[in-house]
Amino acid sequence: MSTDTEGLALDDTVVTGMGVVAPTGLGRDEHWTNTLRGASAIGPVTRFEAGRYPSRLAGEVPGFDPAAHLTSRLLPQTDHMTRMALVASDWALTDAEADPAQLPEYGMGVVTAVSAGGFEFGHRELQNLWGKGPEHVSAYQSFAWFYAVNTGQISIRHGLRGPGAALVTEQAGGLDALGQARRQLRRGQPMVLAGAVDGSPCPWGWAAQLSTGRMSEEPDPVRAYLPFDAEAGGYVPGEGGALFVLETEEAARARGARRRYGRMAGYAATFDPPQGSGRPANLERAARAALDDARLGPEEIDVVFADAAGTSEEDAIEAEALRGLFGPHGVPVTAPKTMTGRLSAGGSALDVATALLALREGIVPPTINVSRPRPEHTLDLVTAPRRIPLATALVLARGQGGFNSALVLTGPC
Amino acid sequence: MDQLTTDRLMEIMRICAGEVDPVVTTADPEDIDFADLGYDSLALLETAGRLEREFGVAIGEGELADARTPADLTALINRLLAKTA
Amino acid sequence: MKSPNNRRVVITGIGIVAPGAIGVKPFWDLLVAGRTATRTISTFDPAPFRSRIAAECDFDPSAEGLTPREIRRMDRAAQFAVVAAREGIEDSGIDRETLDGSRVGVVIGSAVGCTTSLENEYAVVSDSGSRWLVDHTYGVPHLFDYFVPSSIAAEVAHDRIAAEGPVSLVSTGCTSGLDAVGRAADLIAEGAADVMVAGATEAPISPITVACFDAIKATSPDNDRPAEASRPFDRTRRGFVLGEGAAVFVLEEHDAARRRGAEVYAEISGFATRCNAFHMTGLRTDGREMAEAIRVALADARTEPSAIDYVNAHGSGTRQNDRHETAAFKRSLGEHARRTPVSSIKSMIGHSLGAVGSLEIAACALAIRHDVVPPTANLREPDPECDLDYVPLEARPWPVANVLTVGSGFGGFQSAMVLSEPDARGRSAA
Repeated sequence: MSTDTEGLALDDTVVTGMGVVAPTGLGRDEHWTNTLRGASAIGPVTRFEAGRYPSRLAGEVPGFDPAAHLTSRLLPQTDHMTRMALVASDWALTDAEADPAQLPEYGMGVVTAVSAGGFEFGHRELQNLWGKGPEHVSAYQSFAWFYAVNTGQISIRHGLRGPGAALVTEQAGGLDALGQARRQLRRGQPMVLAGAVDGSPCPWGWAAQLSTGRMSEEPDPVRAYLPFDAEAGGYVPGEGGALFVLETEEAARARGARRRYGRMAGYAATFDPPQGSGRPANLERAARAALDDARLGPEEIDVVFADAAGTSEEDAIEAEALRGLFGPHGVPVTAPKTMTGRLSAGGSALDVATALLALREGIVPPTINVSRPRPEHTLDLVTAPRRIPLATALVLARGQGGFNSALVLTGPC
Repeated sequence: MDQLTTDRLMEIMRICAGEVDPVVTTADPEDIDFADLGYDSLALLETAGRLEREFGVAIGEGELADARTPADLTALINRLLAKTA
Repeated sequence: MKSPNNRRVVITGIGIVAPGAIGVKPFWDLLVAGRTATRTISTFDPAPFRSRIAAECDFDPSAEGLTPREIRRMDRAAQFAVVAAREGIEDSGIDRETLDGSRVGVVIGSAVGCTTSLENEYAVVSDSGSRWLVDHTYGVPHLFDYFVPSSIAAEVAHDRIAAEGPVSLVSTGCTSGLDAVGRAADLIAEGAADVMVAGATEAPISPITVACFDAIKATSPDNDRPAEASRPFDRTRRGFVLGEGAAVFVLEEHDAARRRGAEVYAEISGFATRCNAFHMTGLRTDGREMAEAIRVALADARTEPSAIDYVNAHGSGTRQNDRHETAAFKRSLGEHARRTPVSSIKSMIGHSLGAVGSLEIAACALAIRHDVVPPTANLREPDPECDLDYVPLEARPWPVANVLTVGSGFGGFQSAMVLSEPDARGRSAA
C-alpha cells in the first residue's frame, strides 16, 4: 500500500467536494460561518399556513430561489427537495473541480438517501386526484414523488452513468449513503456523488411527523429543540442537507484533485431490537464497529457529532452509548443541528459536512440553546465554539424505527 | 369553446414543461419539431393532459404521436373541438 | 478490485407472495403452467381510470398468520414482506436460536413503499381531497411508518429473524428488487453480515399509482381482456399491467451454509447496476447501459456470456422496454443471445414495480433447481423487432446452471444479476 506525503493510501476514500443547502446557509461557506456564529435557523413555518397545528416551527432553507439555479424545464417536474438536491449536486462537483465528462464512461455513480420522497409534489397530486379526478394527475407524478427521484435527476443532470442507488433509513440515511458510496469505490468506481438532501414541508408531511408525538410543541424557537437538556421536549423538523464528491485517493491523485476535506475512515450500521424486548440499543455497537473499521480506538476520536434526538428517552440512550465508548465527559460532543432542526436523511449528511469543516478549521461548532444539560448524561457538550486540535471526528445518526449508523472521518492532514 | 391558438398552446407548454430551448433557424417556431424545441414525450403528455381538461377533448394516442410541431398539435385540438361542437 | 473479502453468497430460503400464488410451490406451479393472474382491479372502483386491470394477490393477512395488531399497523406491502420473510426463513431451515443477531441484517426493496396506506390516510385527513391544510387529528398513530418506508425493513428485522446488523430499505424504482438483493449479497461478501434476509415488496394497486401511470400511458388499456393484457414482446402489446407481491430470501455465506447442511438454491455470483443518465422514464433504444450492467455482472461472476443458459427479461410489455432490452441482450451476449431462451414472467404476474426483481430472482433460482424455463405467456404474434427466443406460451424443460436476470427502472436504473447452480459457477449446463 503506497502512501503520499499526506499519509493517504491509494485505496482510501477521500472527500474532495461538498455542496451544502441548509437552513444555516446556501453553500458551504455561508453554512459554516453561520454555524460557527451559533446562528439559529429555526423559525416559524413559511411554506404553508401552520397556525392550526400544534407544532409551528421548522428549519427552512432561506432564500432558495430554484429558478435562479435550474432551467424552467426542470421546475414543473421537480419537488422542492429535488430542486435543492440538484443545486447541491452542482456545487459539490464544482467544489471538487470534477468534470464527469473527463471520467471513464461509467466512472461516476450516485447514491442518495431520502425519507419520504418528493412529498409536497405528491401531496399536490393527491389533492388533484381526490379533489378533481384522475385526469388531473400530472404526468410527472410517476417519478417526482418516488424515493429514487434525486438519484435519477442528479444522474441525468450531470451525465453520471455509474451505479445508482437510493436508500431509506430515515435520519441515518445520510451516513448510509456514504457507506454505499464507499462500497462502490471499493468495487472499482473512481468517483461517486453521494449524500442526502431531504425535507417534506407540506401539511400532509407535517401531519405524518406529528403522528410520532416527538415533534416539539414549544412555540419559542430558542426553547423548541433542546437535545440533552433537562427541558428536552422533542425535535423541530427541517429541510436541506449535503452532497459530496467521494473518490479513491488514487482517482483523486490521477486527476490532480487539489482538495481533500478528509478521509472517510470508518463506517458501520446496526439495528435496535424492538422496544420492550429487554435487549440493549445498538448505537454504541455501531460506533464501535465504525471505529474498528477505521482502526482507531475511542481515545483517538477528537469530537463527536451527536444524533441529538431531542427527547429525554432517546437522548439518554445516546448519552449512555457515548459514556460506554469514551467514559464520562470523555470527548467533546456537539449537536449543530440545534441550529437547523432535524433534516431527515439530510441531517446526518449535513453533520458530515460540518464535521469535515470543523476538522479543516480546527474548531468544534457549538450546540446552541442547551443551557441545562442533564448532569447524569456526563457529556462534555460543546456549547460555545471550541478551538482544539482536531484530527478525527465521529458522526452518529439514528433513524426512526431502530436504525443506527456511525461514520468516522479523519482530517485533511 | 374558443379555438386553440398556437400562442395559447405555447403558453400552456411553458407552464407544463418550461421555456423552449433556443433554436437557430429561420423557420416559424410553430413549425419546429417539439424535439428541437426541447419538449420530450413527458412534456407532451403533461401538455396533452392539460389540453384535454381545458378544452374538453380526448386526444388519441396515435394522434398525439403524429403531432410533431406546435402547428400540428394546435390543428389537432381544433379538429377535435369541431367534432365535439 | 472486487469485494475485498470475496466471500461467496448463496440463497438458502425463498418466500413468495405473488398474484395467483401465495407460497413458493404455488408460484412455481403458476409459472410452469403459463397461467396468468391479471384481472380487473377489485380493491377499489377502477371505472374512472384508463387502465383498470392489475395482477392482484388473493392475500388474507390473518390466514397468513398476522395478528390483528400487525394487520392494523402494517401497510399491505409490509404485510407481504413479513409473510414472505417468514416462509423464506422457515424454508432455509436456519436455526434462529443459534444466530448471532448482530451478524444478521435485512435489506428490503420497494419503489413506492406504503403508498396504499398513505393514500387511504390522506383521503381521511384531507376529507377526500377537499382541504390542503389536512386535519392531522384524524391521522392514525403509526402514520409516520407509512410516510418513511424504512418501516417495512424494520418490520421484517423485528419479526422472526431478530436482526440487529445492517438494516435498510432500497428504493430504486423498478430495479429495487434486484438492487436490494445485490446490496445484501455485497454486505455478506464484504463481511458486514453473515446472514441477510433480503428481497422486495410492493403493494401499489391504489388510485394514485394507477392514475400516475395512466397519465403517461405506460399501463395497458386492454381492460376487456385482462388475462391477455400483459403481452411482452408481442407485436400487439400495449403497456405493462400493474402487479403486487413480495419475494424475500435468506442469503448466507457459502461455506457457513454448507457447514450447516443447508439446501442451496443458487449462488448469487454476479451483480451490477448502471444509470442511463438519459431520461426519468425514457430509454435509449440501443440498450447501452443495460448491456454494460450485464457485462459487469458477468465479469463479477467470472462467467462468459456463452455460459448463460437462460435470460429472465425485464419484459414489461411496453413498446420501448422490450426493444431496449432485446438490443441490450444482443449487445452484451453477442450471438449467444440468439441461442438462449429469454422469457418474461410479467406476462403472468404483472409488473409489481420494486418487488418484481425479487420475484424474478425467485423464478431464476427455481429454474435452476427444476431445470425448467418459465414461458412468456400471451406471446402469440412476435414483434419482428424483438427477434430472440422468448419461450412463448409453454414452459420448456431445459438444463439451467447459470441465469441472467435484468431490470430497468424509472430514474434510469439498469441492473443485472447472475445466479448460478451451486458450485457450477461459470459452467453452462448445456
